[in-house]
Amino acid sequence: MPNQQDVILEMRHITKRFGPVTALEDVNISVNRGEIFSLCGENGAGKSTMMNVLSGVYPYGSYEGDIVYDGRTCQFKTIRDSEKLGIVIIHQELALVPYMTIAQNIFLGNPIKKGIFVDDREQRRVAKSVMDAVGLDENPDTLISNIGVGKQQLVEIAKALTKNVKLLILDEPTAALNDEDSEKLLQLIDRLRREQGITSIIISHKLNEIAESADKVQVIRDGHTISHFDINAQHPLDQDALIRDMVGRSLTNRYPMHASTIGKEIFRVEHWKVHHPLDEDRLIANDVSFNVRAGEIVGLAGLVGAGRTETAMSIFGRQYGTGATGKLFVEGEEVKFPNVGAAIDHGFAYATEDRKVYGLNLLASIKENTSMANFKALSHYGVIDRNREVRIAEKYRSEFRIKAPSIDVPAGNLSGGNQQKVVLAKWVSASPKVLILDEPTRGIDVGAKYEIYEIIDQLADSGSAVVIISSELPELLGICDRIYTMSQGVITACRDVEGTNQEELMRYMTGSQRMGFSETFA
Amino acid sequence: MASAQAQEALKNSNDQVPKTASVKNLLLGNVRSYGIYLALVLVIIIFQILTGGRLLYPNNVVALFQQNAYVLIAAIGMLMIIIGTHIDLSVGSVVAFIGGVGAFAMKNWGMNWMVAILFMIVIGLLIGCWHGFWIAYVGVPAFVTTLGGMLIFRGLATVVAGESIPLQSEPFRAIAKDYLPNILGFWGPFDGLTIVVGVLAMALVIWMQIRKRSRAIKNGTLVEPTAWIALKCILAVLGIGFVTYLFATSGNANVGGIPIVLVIIGVLVAVYWFVLNRMVFGRDIYAVGGNRKAAVLSGIDTKMVDFKIFLNMGFLTAVAAIITLSRLASATASTGMEFEMDAIAACFIGGAAVAGGVGTIPGAMVGALIMGVLNQGLSIMGADAAIVKTIKGLVVIAAVAYDLVSKKKKG
Repeated sequence: MPNQQDVILEMRHITKRFGPVTALEDVNISVNRGEIFSLCGENGAGKSTMMNVLSGVYPYGSYEGDIVYDGRTCQFKTIRDSEKLGIVIIHQELALVPYMTIAQNIFLGNPIKKGIFVDDREQRRVAKSVMDAVGLDENPDTLISNIGVGKQQLVEIAKALTKNVKLLILDEPTAALNDEDSEKLLQLIDRLRREQGITSIIISHKLNEIAESADKVQVIRDGHTISHFDINAQHPLDQDALIRDMVGRSLTNRYPMHASTIGKEIFRVEHWKVHHPLDEDRLIANDVSFNVRAGEIVGLAGLVGAGRTETAMSIFGRQYGTGATGKLFVEGEEVKFPNVGAAIDHGFAYATEDRKVYGLNLLASIKENTSMANFKALSHYGVIDRNREVRIAEKYRSEFRIKAPSIDVPAGNLSGGNQQKVVLAKWVSASPKVLILDEPTRGIDVGAKYEIYEIIDQLADSGSAVVIISSELPELLGICDRIYTMSQGVITACRDVEGTNQEELMRYMTGSQRMGFSETFA
Repeated sequence: MASAQAQEALKNSNDQVPKTASVKNLLLGNVRSYGIYLALVLVIIIFQILTGGRLLYPNNVVALFQQNAYVLIAAIGMLMIIIGTHIDLSVGSVVAFIGGVGAFAMKNWGMNWMVAILFMIVIGLLIGCWHGFWIAYVGVPAFVTTLGGMLIFRGLATVVAGESIPLQSEPFRAIAKDYLPNILGFWGPFDGLTIVVGVLAMALVIWMQIRKRSRAIKNGTLVEPTAWIALKCILAVLGIGFVTYLFATSGNANVGGIPIVLVIIGVLVAVYWFVLNRMVFGRDIYAVGGNRKAAVLSGIDTKMVDFKIFLNMGFLTAVAAIITLSRLASATASTGMEFEMDAIAACFIGGAAVAGGVGTIPGAMVGALIMGVLNQGLSIMGADAAIVKTIKGLVVIAAVAYDLVSKKKKG
């Protein structure tokens, strides 16, 4: 029962729109003083948007509704306004400068001054005291780049303490941490609550952590507040009920009718392991195995931080991480991909998640982007066969219905959906045996999505094996034949699309039990 | 299937009427690329007036090319480096070093001039490998590597040519100052060979425009309107005709026509234009410069591309060194000061992007010519070298600023 005196924060009827897209609609939450409050939801449910509204990243006026904090209605224009009142947000990507010391980072943007000079000695002294408070046993003069992610997280919290934090918001605080560091962090948050009365809001995917640490869980789905659970000794968290509320997104997209003709196995991964590029003790892919057959569309489901993109990138010519081990088989024969060229030569294609950063040369034309990965077939002695190049680019422009006046238009001038089609044209024109698509419909309107599903279906029908990484469960259920779930670097399940549903997949996406090796392959 | 139908429909429409672009769109869409040519014409007209018509005396035009050949040549290599998001600060020092070694070999070892040219080119390639190795395979930024190279090769040039080494080989000296022989004799006041080459060049331009059009119709891509093609052909014929007239009347009663350096420049421009526009290597350079991460993930060996563009720069720097040695007729340790800056400036004036990924050979060549005309015009007017430098500096900033402002306006 929320007691009127106990409430530290209320967000009432919050609605936030980005252009035509409604990210939050009539969201209401109420947080009691001194509790650990957890926000739960799928990728893109609106959790981070909500915290950005609260902390002033989205200024007052850009959303509708009221924020009542400490009994006062607040209108934050910037993060500084909310920080002044003791609301501090720690983002998933830590905002630390690697080549500055711990003390300098703690006072970044907020230095202790003596006249016009920075008072280094005083900064070091205060830094040491807040570092003690969070249990960080390091020299304040140590460079951030020399400490691990777990300790960096503690630096962020220490920084928050110097701002007299009353309400601490942590976005996926344990996503990048190992079990031991996660445990320590959650204990620290509990201690800060008991000793200093600091209220915390934690956004997390890890249901077991929520069950252990939180007092209350609020579920958000598609920008709506769905339900909330109180957790205490008498009422432990009902994880199944929580999962049921998290999923069940409406099936807003249509999917083309498609019956796959599945042939023999084309690609198989066995015991794939890859380490974090900076933290070599962390396994990002931990003994991952899967396979995909000719004409088959296989999904890879998982929440942020599950390691799906990293696994795909490391397979595709070691473009992520260090010390990758494991075996890859193409049509039964073991292969090695020391670089991207080798992977492409074996008929691989990987359309990346972030097309602007990894997929396209935005300065170059549609035509040049289309031929970028296919020069071996398009040239003789290093001279490009321009007639063929133009014909192929034109073919895919009309087949994929890329909306542009000509193939000479720079890719940077196209809309997101059309850019994605150019990325697909680039890889499909190389006639791949195995095509890995990472979030192929992210940020694309519904109509273009449907067209992209059609392209994927056509490609599978031509005998290619397709692997789709997606955060949208309805999408995977709509277009895949088989779905693997991945969680914390581990493959937790493999399910045929017939006979599974969002709840079951979500249960495996939030679990951590590795599935048996022998059942992994179809 | 719906898409197949759409494709079929598109094909049919292609067969019937070629898609034509409007002249207005062409003009608006290419302001930047044509603007540079307009700027060159403008600069020429201004100095033609200011110098009382002396700028375009035939012999002054020949001198313009002979004196600026090194910029035109180095700018080709520098353009490829800038497109690939790098920079080369060592050109001037390397020119001095290679020139010194070449002159030394001819004087002290009695090396034949032709062997010496090959020798200088080999040294250029080795220096290119040296820079390429550090930049591509060790990851030392090009700015640092070539800054080091600038000091190293200036130092070595001083070791080799601390005392100036005279160039005695007459055929070697001819490269920078002589003309192609008048094998066709003089036709009145005109050199026959120049006229023939000029007419052939006009025919080539027209033939290429026609071929481009028929290719576009065949592939069903956007076709330029006939009036636009005609306009381009007329302007090109007028331009080539005027330059042909200038060269045909250059020299004196006995010699004249096409300077040898112009032939070298012409061949290099043609070859490198082909490499950048028609070859995989050229595409790779644009891809690496436009988005290195995407290039890696498309299977392009980006390290090899980096290595090759510096190897290539070594070759072109050697060519610039040969022409510079030939023109100055002696090698000194201080030869080639700020050559790299002239080449970089030419690229930026010619529309290359500081962030890489953008730039064309014609643009860089016109950029180099704009600077050459400024040089020539101001020196005919008797302006001080300090003033010339100041004005060149202002032009570079103005050109890049214009680029940025016009981009912002576009949206």
